[in-house]
Amino acid sequence: MKTVNLSTYQLTNYLLYLADTNLVLSQRNAEWCGHGPILEQDIAITNISLDLLGQARNFYQYAAVLINQSTNQRAGSEATEDSLAYLRTEREFKNLLITELPRGDWAQTILRQFFCSVYLYLLYEQLQKSKDDQLAAIAGKSIKELTYHIKWSGEWVIRLGDGTDESRQRMLKAIENLWPYTGEFFIPAEFENEAVTGVDLSSLKQPWLQKINTVLEEAVVWSPAFGDGWGEAVFMQTGGKQGIHTEHMGFILAEMQYLQRTYPGAEW
Amino acid sequence: MNIFSKMIAAQNNKNTENNSIIASEVAIIWKLLEEVYDPELPVLSVLDLGIVRDVQITSPSPGGRSWEGVVMITPTYSGCPAMDTISMGIRLKLIEHGYNNIKVISVLSPAWTTGWMSQAGKDKLKAYGIAPPNSNQTEEDTRLFAEPAAIQCPLCDSFHTKLISRFGSTACKSLYQCHDCKEPFDYFKCH
Ligand SMILES: [Zn+2]
Repeated sequence: MKTVNLSTYQLTNYLLYLADTNLVLSQRNAEWCGHGPILEQDIAITNISLDLLGQARNFYQYAAVLINQSTNQRAGSEATEDSLAYLRTEREFKNLLITELPRGDWAQTILRQFFCSVYLYLLYEQLQKSKDDQLAAIAGKSIKELTYHIKWSGEWVIRLGDGTDESRQRMLKAIENLWPYTGEFFIPAEFENEAVTGVDLSSLKQPWLQKINTVLEEAVVWSPAFGDGWGEAVFMQTGGKQGIHTEHMGFILAEMQYLQRTYPGAEW
Repeated sequence: MNIFSKMIAAQNNKNTENNSIIASEVAIIWKLLEEVYDPELPVLSVLDLGIVRDVQITSPSPGGRSWEGVVMITPTYSGCPAMDTISMGIRLKLIEHGYNNIKVISVLSPAWTTGWMSQAGKDKLKAYGIAPPNSNQTEEDTRLFAEPAAIQCPLCDSFHTKLISRFGSTACKSLYQCHDCKEPFDYFKCH
């Protein structure tokens, strides 16, 4: 495996950012388990949740390898996918803020999934060509699964936006709630150095907007991106990548981590 | 023939001999893998599924079976919960036959595709009541609300079927229903 010319420190943080983003979104979607609007959609959202968890595991496992290589851990205290997911604190998590927001109603869950899936698809398309073989392999594996996620969530955005008055109102509300969290997608953190990732984040913005607008137009709902192309007037929330989270983050971590923290090393 | 060429010839013979021993051990391991099944689709072996990418013996130890080597597998889906069980199943099967030092490692690239599923595997799936992946279709149609390709009912062979949900009981399956025999069935979707 070649890891030429890449800063291990930045790469590790980048992997943790991708892992955390997938893990937290997976956990939020999993909250629908047993609560979906109908059985088939309950199964769909939890299937997507499982895909995201698998992708998170791949990123965590690779991050753990790099951490252990670079720090010479004592036997028994090596980083593992579990220690990275269960034993890091809120400030250490780098997930995008949009992923930690409460699941809200079906419209909010669907729209968030659609925004995130389109973004991650465009990102992995670039990462597949990474100079780092393992990062490229994880991206290549994930992108096939994202194809389903985009299709499923995109169809639901249209169904709700172009559905009843009630579903349309809910979709409009979801757009208003979530839009301020999409700016963070395209603002690189220090570890998203183009030399490390091989991705020019700003180049993903136009294709992302285009895809989102096409679907929102078909759903006949308002999009802040219509008109000036970006909704520059909207104040964009940032901080997730730097570990500065919303008030919701502590609660989701508590739910996710309490068992491992209460019974360290518990297995089942 | 001078002494040096004799030595080289002897060495070459020995290498050829080693190589053929290794080749036959590798063949035995492939054979054993036919007996390791997917816990969620117990009719399919790991070979039917096409998830075994390579078997290598790296360090020969003639005389015993404590060969060192690797079996490389690739996950069907990133989140497939059966992978750990499959990996353990392979280890146990090999240990049962004296191969104690063969590691099972997971590789992600190239990503698994249903194109790697064997014909025998597809036939077994159908007999089990699951529609096998459509071999005319290699990738998911990405157009929203696109009509999915007609899938044949594994029970009555009718093509008069409809998609109920793209996501089924496991990540690799979709849920269908047959208009003719009215039975619902799983379709192992193309991926
Ligand atoms: Zn039928």
